[in-house]
Amino acid sequence: MEQEMAYDRQGKSYPVADFKDDYSGDKLGFWVFLLTEGMMFGVLFLLYGIYFYRHTAMFASSSADLNIWLGGTNTVLLLISTYTMGVATLMMRQGKVKLSATLVGLTIFIAIVFLGIKASEWGVDISHGIYPGSKLLDAKDTGEILFFGLYFVMTGLHGLHVIIGIALMSWVLLLMRSGGIRPEHTIVMKNTTLYWDFVHLIWIVLFPLLYMIGA
Amino acid sequence: MPSFYHETHTIFGTHKSKILQWIFSIDHKRIAILYIGVLFTLFFCAVGAALTMRAELFFPGQQLIQAQTYNQLFTFHGVTMIFLFIVPGIAAALGNFILPLMLGARDLSFPRLNLLSWWLYILGVVIALSSLVTGAGFADTGWTFYAPYSIRTDSHVLSTLIAAFILGLSSILTGLNFVVTIHRLRAPGMDFFKMPLFVWGLYATAWIQVLATPVIGITLILVILERTLGIGVFDPSKGGDPILFEHLFWIYSHPAVYLMILPGFGIISEVLPVFTRRTIFGYRSIAISSASIAGIGYLVWGHHMFTSGISDIARLIFSFLTFLVAIPTGVKIFDWLATLYKGSIVLATPMLWILGSIINFTVGGLTGLTLGALGPDIHLHDTYFVVAHFHYTILGGVVFMFIGGMHYWYPKITGAMYDEVKGRVAFGLVFVGFNMLWFPMFIAGFLGNPRRYFDYLPTFTIYHQLSGIGALLVALGLLLVLYTFYKGLKEGKEAGPNPWRGTTLEWHIPSPPPLENFSKIPYVDFDPYEYEDGEPLVQLDENFRRIR
Ligand code: HEM
Ligand SMILES: [Cu+2]
Repeated sequence: MEQEMAYDRQGKSYPVADFKDDYSGDKLGFWVFLLTEGMMFGVLFLLYGIYFYRHTAMFASSSADLNIWLGGTNTVLLLISTYTMGVATLMMRQGKVKLSATLVGLTIFIAIVFLGIKASEWGVDISHGIYPGSKLLDAKDTGEILFFGLYFVMTGLHGLHVIIGIALMSWVLLLMRSGGIRPEHTIVMKNTTLYWDFVHLIWIVLFPLLYMIGA
Repeated sequence: MPSFYHETHTIFGTHKSKILQWIFSIDHKRIAILYIGVLFTLFFCAVGAALTMRAELFFPGQQLIQAQTYNQLFTFHGVTMIFLFIVPGIAAALGNFILPLMLGARDLSFPRLNLLSWWLYILGVVIALSSLVTGAGFADTGWTFYAPYSIRTDSHVLSTLIAAFILGLSSILTGLNFVVTIHRLRAPGMDFFKMPLFVWGLYATAWIQVLATPVIGITLILVILERTLGIGVFDPSKGGDPILFEHLFWIYSHPAVYLMILPGFGIISEVLPVFTRRTIFGYRSIAISSASIAGIGYLVWGHHMFTSGISDIARLIFSFLTFLVAIPTGVKIFDWLATLYKGSIVLATPMLWILGSIINFTVGGLTGLTLGALGPDIHLHDTYFVVAHFHYTILGGVVFMFIGGMHYWYPKITGAMYDEVKGRVAFGLVFVGFNMLWFPMFIAGFLGNPRRYFDYLPTFTIYHQLSGIGALLVALGLLLVLYTFYKGLKEGKEAGPNPWRGTTLEWHIPSPPPLENFSKIPYVDFDPYEYEDGEPLVQLDENFRRIR
């Protein structure tokens, strides 16, 4: 497509940006979207901060009930996965499409392992009768109820984001096949990588808040 | 030239069916018209609910409806007016239509996302309304969903909450689309201070949508989880804090007030120069005040909580900050007055609505200051004074601006003119009715009539009866507006591209506009409102090259 021009009174020409295929616009749009995500998680962090301030001791002791090793493993996994996803984008830009696809596949795999570990953690808690609204939990100290309430909400919301991430990355793989993502046209992939970075960043904050304060 | 009514793009390519061509269209102008249709249908439903309330309130004691029905009615009225009508309102309807035209763009940055916003909006509407007919009836919490009541009540708050969440998502996506469009798709040469002021209003609004809506989104999700699972964060019996809910709710909902108002202010700033035939006074200060209202608006939510048990220091700070918002608002109002001063005022219908809105909004704003001051608020909190205040700002202010804007851009959108006489009569009815409807409520509230009650002491009867008659006049006037628009479509004369002699870009293209608005994108080296001897200064030829 030819670049369209607008002309001023002296006849000088200026390039016109169009809504079709606007790389900078797509990028800007995604950053704005991440800002909204940040505001949303920000509210949860705020609530966490307030209740932590009010129930510091109970939050620490409840946190000690979580399995820091599983949480830590998950942290390392996510760190590795942003790396693989980042390198995948780089390889795509350099034209190494096959390698890039393999790396995206690897990222998806790691994300699924993450979810598996998370699910087993939840499973253990639930089998011990610790879940929002359970009789056991509601009989405990309010600090503990609030900690586990926030724990399930925050990791749940984060897990939902991981699932969306997996969906996005699978879509990226499909687009690579159909040519929707090419070395000279990587915006969808770039935004997905950005999204995955965001998901990992959130976890980097969640991990110390939820797992480490009791250690 | 075929207009956008004749041809369109849809998300699935082309369709034979006319209906599918509309509901899957990704043309911003068609999407805007879809919004207009649904928005005003809902508006009239909510007005119907309001009239029912006013009828019940015509005499003290119970006549027509049960107390619980009244609770559901004001919730339905509030939820519909706020979440379904005025929050998306001007931006989604007029903004969607006019924004790209004003920028010299062929569409928004993300036309498909725009369609998605519309579909999410419709989904939200359907879920909200479904609770009318399912389960234990519509929510009875008021539109504010205060915890812990919203956690405990048996009525159908769950679907209302879910609906509000989905509507929030739709609003975020619209805001995102506008931000990117304004940054990316301005015609070459148009820097930020050459944008029309309606665009500035939409820009400030879009940032509020993007930054504040996620806060209410997650808060509503927490209430949903509280009701379904019992997570504890807002439930006092589990150590949760309902005051925190109020904080989070108003962190969104106060800026949301500006989200309703700022696009309206934008409309005023468009209509005034055109009907005074001169450039607007203080262009820059109006533009910047929009941005600063949006900014300061984030810091004042606490004035809704003066009586909820926050600390005295917090109250003082919030009261002070609330007064600060009045400054940029005042700047705007004085700029508008200065524009009117010495302008050759043309009292056409759009101008009447705009002048009416400035008057009403000033009353609403000044009483808002009264409420922002600590002492009076303790006395007036949750009385009809508050109800009168926000109806003055929102109905008398914003809805007037909206209707004014609808008249102003009516010829652009439809290509036809409405009947001027009917337009003015309708305005007169609504303006007189409106003041009769709400002014007595200031007095009733001041004397202590609490809000959200379906009954009142006999001493207040006279105020409520005046109010009831006023409401009837308003409703009649609104119906006349509708009829005028309908008649205009049927037998209005052709409008031509620029019936008002406006200066902004949308008046340089045919009415109704063709599918992609501009055949050639103009280079914009002029200010948005330039008049010379009462005539638009800038003229473009058919190739959108400037010839004057
Ligand atoms: C014909 C026009 C209108 C009439 C007659 C009307 C009437 C009323 C009445 C009688 C109430 C209940 C007061 C109470 O019992 O506390 C009310 C509440 C309310 N109205 Fe309106 N109203 C009108 C238009 C609007 C508009 C245009 C909006 C906003 C866009 C609006 C927003 C609200 C809100 C938010 C409430 C509070 C609901 C609650 O307490 O949860 N109204 N209105
Ligand atoms: Cu407020």
